[in-house]
Amino acid sequence: MAGSAGFQTITLAKGLNQGIRAAMEADPKVIVMGEDVGKLGGVFRITDGLQKDFGEQRVLDTPLGESGIIGTAVGLALRGYRPVCEIQFDGFVFPAFDQIVTQLARFHYRSQGKLRMPVVVRVPYGGGIGAVEHHSESPESYFAHTPGLKVVSCANAVDAYWMIQQAIACDDPVIFFEPKRRYWEKAALDLTATPPPLFSSRLVRSGTAATVVAYGPMVRTVLDAAAVAEQDGQQLEVIDLRTLSPLDLAPVFVSVRRTGRLICVSEAPGEASLIGDLAARVSQECFYSLEAPVLRVTGFDTPYPPAKCEEDYLPDLDRILDAVDRVLRY
Amino acid sequence: MPSRKRAPSRSAPAAEPVGDPTVGGPTVRPIVGTAMEIDGPHDPQQVIAGLRATSEGEDLVQLLTPEGQRVSHPRFDLEISAAQIQSLYRDMVLVRRADREANVLQRQGQLGLWAPLLGQEAAQIGAGRAMSPQDMAFPSYREHGVAWCRGVDPTELFGIFRGIDQGSWDPVRTGFQLYSIVVGSQGLHATGYAMGQRLDGKIGNGETSEATICFFGDGASSQGDVHEAFVWAAVYDAPVVFFCQNNQWAISASLDRQTRVPLYRRARGYGFPGIRVDGNDVLAVYAVTRWALRECRSGNGPVLIEACTYRMDAHTTSDDPTRYRLADELEEWKLKDPLERVRVHLVREGLAEPEFFNGVADAADELARRLRDYCTSMPVPGPERIFSKIYAEPSPSLQAARADYLAYHASFAEGDH
Repeated sequence: MAGSAGFQTITLAKGLNQGIRAAMEADPKVIVMGEDVGKLGGVFRITDGLQKDFGEQRVLDTPLGESGIIGTAVGLALRGYRPVCEIQFDGFVFPAFDQIVTQLARFHYRSQGKLRMPVVVRVPYGGGIGAVEHHSESPESYFAHTPGLKVVSCANAVDAYWMIQQAIACDDPVIFFEPKRRYWEKAALDLTATPPPLFSSRLVRSGTAATVVAYGPMVRTVLDAAAVAEQDGQQLEVIDLRTLSPLDLAPVFVSVRRTGRLICVSEAPGEASLIGDLAARVSQECFYSLEAPVLRVTGFDTPYPPAKCEEDYLPDLDRILDAVDRVLRY
Repeated sequence: MPSRKRAPSRSAPAAEPVGDPTVGGPTVRPIVGTAMEIDGPHDPQQVIAGLRATSEGEDLVQLLTPEGQRVSHPRFDLEISAAQIQSLYRDMVLVRRADREANVLQRQGQLGLWAPLLGQEAAQIGAGRAMSPQDMAFPSYREHGVAWCRGVDPTELFGIFRGIDQGSWDPVRTGFQLYSIVVGSQGLHATGYAMGQRLDGKIGNGETSEATICFFGDGASSQGDVHEAFVWAAVYDAPVVFFCQNNQWAISASLDRQTRVPLYRRARGYGFPGIRVDGNDVLAVYAVTRWALRECRSGNGPVLIEACTYRMDAHTTSDDPTRYRLADELEEWKLKDPLERVRVHLVREGLAEPEFFNGVADAADELARRLRDYCTSMPVPGPERIFSKIYAEPSPSLQAARADYLAYHASFAEGDH
C-alpha cells in the first residue's frame, strides 16, 4: 500500500514524531519539554528535528530532574500552555510520581473545573531491548489506579500518529505509554483517514475460539500467536485495549459473550494489576457466557530481571499459545 | 510531663560567636582540607548559634524595630504615608482576628482543622500588599494573610477546613492559586508559571510586566521539589520571587533539622540573590518584596526572600507545641510582635488618632461575626459531589458509577431497604 495516494510507510517512532509535529503546527501553545529532547531529539529520537523547526522556546531541553519537568509543566498548564513532557525511560518516572499523582491528577477536581491540566506525559516503556536495570519497566497500573489521570498506550505506527495528537488535544492529563521495543516497526499510515476516538479499544483480529486482550508491546506478540494458532485451526479474536484509563470494555464484553473464553496479556507483573481488574469486570459482566476461567499471561511478580533473563520474563508466543490450549480444554 | 528530646535552639547553651556562621569562632576545631574551610564551621553549637542569628543581626533588613522605631536601610528604604501604614496595620489586625475566630470555630467543632497564621501577619500582609494585580501568587496552606490581600475572603478558606471543598476561589481572577498541601510542591508550579510569563513576553517593565511569587516555609526548603524549583528558575531566568517564611518550626522540627546555613544564603549557590528580612516588620517585608517583584518583572529574576518570623500558635489545631518547645521562646517572640510595633509607631509618631484604632477594632468584630455566621450555615454537598468534575472530558465508567450510586441512594427514599 505504501506509495499510493495519502499513504506513507513509517515507523512507530516516526509516527509519534510526525504526530507531535502536527500538534505543534496546529496549536502554538503546544510545547515539548524533557531531558535531551532538543538538540539530540530525545534518546529515541522521538522529538528529532522539532527544536530546529520550532525553536528553543517551544522545545525545552530541561535540567535533569523528572519532578521538575512535571512540576513546571503543571505551572505552564496553569499559564495556558499544553506541555508534552518526555520521561526518558519508564524506570525514571518515579521521581515525578508525586507531582503526577498528588498534583497533575487533582487540579481539575480540587478546583472543580476552574483549572485544567492539558499535559501529556510520554513514557517509553516495557522490556525486550536488552537494557540495563530501570530501563524495561511496565508501571502503567500505578497510573491507571490514580483517579484524575487518563492512561493510553499505542501499539503500532498508525495509532502512534493519531493517538499522540488526540492526547495533546485532550484537556485532561494523559499518561502516554510508548512500547519502546516496537519503535522501529513499520505500518502504512493513511493521513486522510479518520482515527477512532482516543479512549476506545479496538478489535484487531476476528475469531471464534477465544478472546485475547492486550495493549502496547504485547499486541504484536498476540497477533503473532494468533497467526500460529490459525495454522492449528484455532481462530483467536484479538482486542487492542489502547486506553488503560478509562477502560473501554464494551468491545471486550461483546467478544467474550461470543467466544466464552478470555486471555489477558501484559508485560507488567500480574499481581494487583490493570488486567487483574479487567478479569474481575469480565467475570462480573459475562458470568453466564464464560466457558472457562479467565487466564492471565503476564510478567512475573519479580523485579525486572537482568537482560539475559528477559526472554523468560516476558510473555511470548509460546506462553500465550499455552494459555490458549488451557482455556480450550474446558 | 513529656520530656524534651533536645533543647530548643533559642535556649541552647550560649556559643560564640552569635552571628555570621561563616566566621570561625573559638569553639571551631580547625580541620584542614575539608569543606569546612570553604563553607564555615560544622560544629553543631556553631551551627545553632548561626541559625539563631537569623532573626536578628546585621544582614537582616529592618525598617521598624520591635519597639516601633523607624530605622533606615541603605538598599531598601521606603517612602510611605501615614495612611498607607494605617492600611497595612488594619489588614494585619483583620487577618489576625479572622485567624483567631477560625481557631475558635475549630475548637467548637465548626471547622475540622485550622492552620493558624498567628505571628506571621507582617510577612504575609507585607508580601501580599507588595504584589500588583497582574502578579500571581502560589501559596502553601497557611497564607490566609496573602489570600486576604488578593481579595480571597476568609469564608472561601473555610470551605477547605470545614471539608466542604478543596479551594473554591477563582485563581485566575484573584491572582492567588489554590492552597498546596504537599509541602514544597508549589515551588515547581510557580516556576513553571513564571516560565510561561517569560515565554509570553510579559517581562521587561518593572511596573507593568508580570511576576510570580511562591510562598513556602523553612520545612519546605528541605524538599527536593524546592531544590528543583530553584534550579529551573535559575536556568530559565524565571520571574519568580521565592518567599520563604522561616517561622522557625516545621511542626516539631526546629530550623537546625533543615539547614546548616541561613536559608537566604542558599540562593547564592543557585546563582540568584537572597535577601533576609525581618518577617515581623511589615514595612521591611513590603519594601523588600516590592523590590524583588520589580526585579522579576524587569527580567532579573529569580529572587529568594527569607522572612524571619515565628509561628506563635501550633502547626495546626491538631498539634501540641508544648511537647517540643518552651513557653519562654513564645514570650521572647511576643516582644517582636508584628502588630504591636506598628501600633506603637503610629501612636508615638502621632500618625493615627484613637478613632482609627476604634474603627479597626469595630471592623474586626464585625468580620468575626460575619465569619461565624457564614461558617455555621455552609451547605453540606450531596453524594453527587464525589463524582463532580474529575475530568474535563467525562469518563463513561465514572458516569455509570455515579448513576449507580445515586440510584442506590434513591432506593432508601423509595423504601427498598
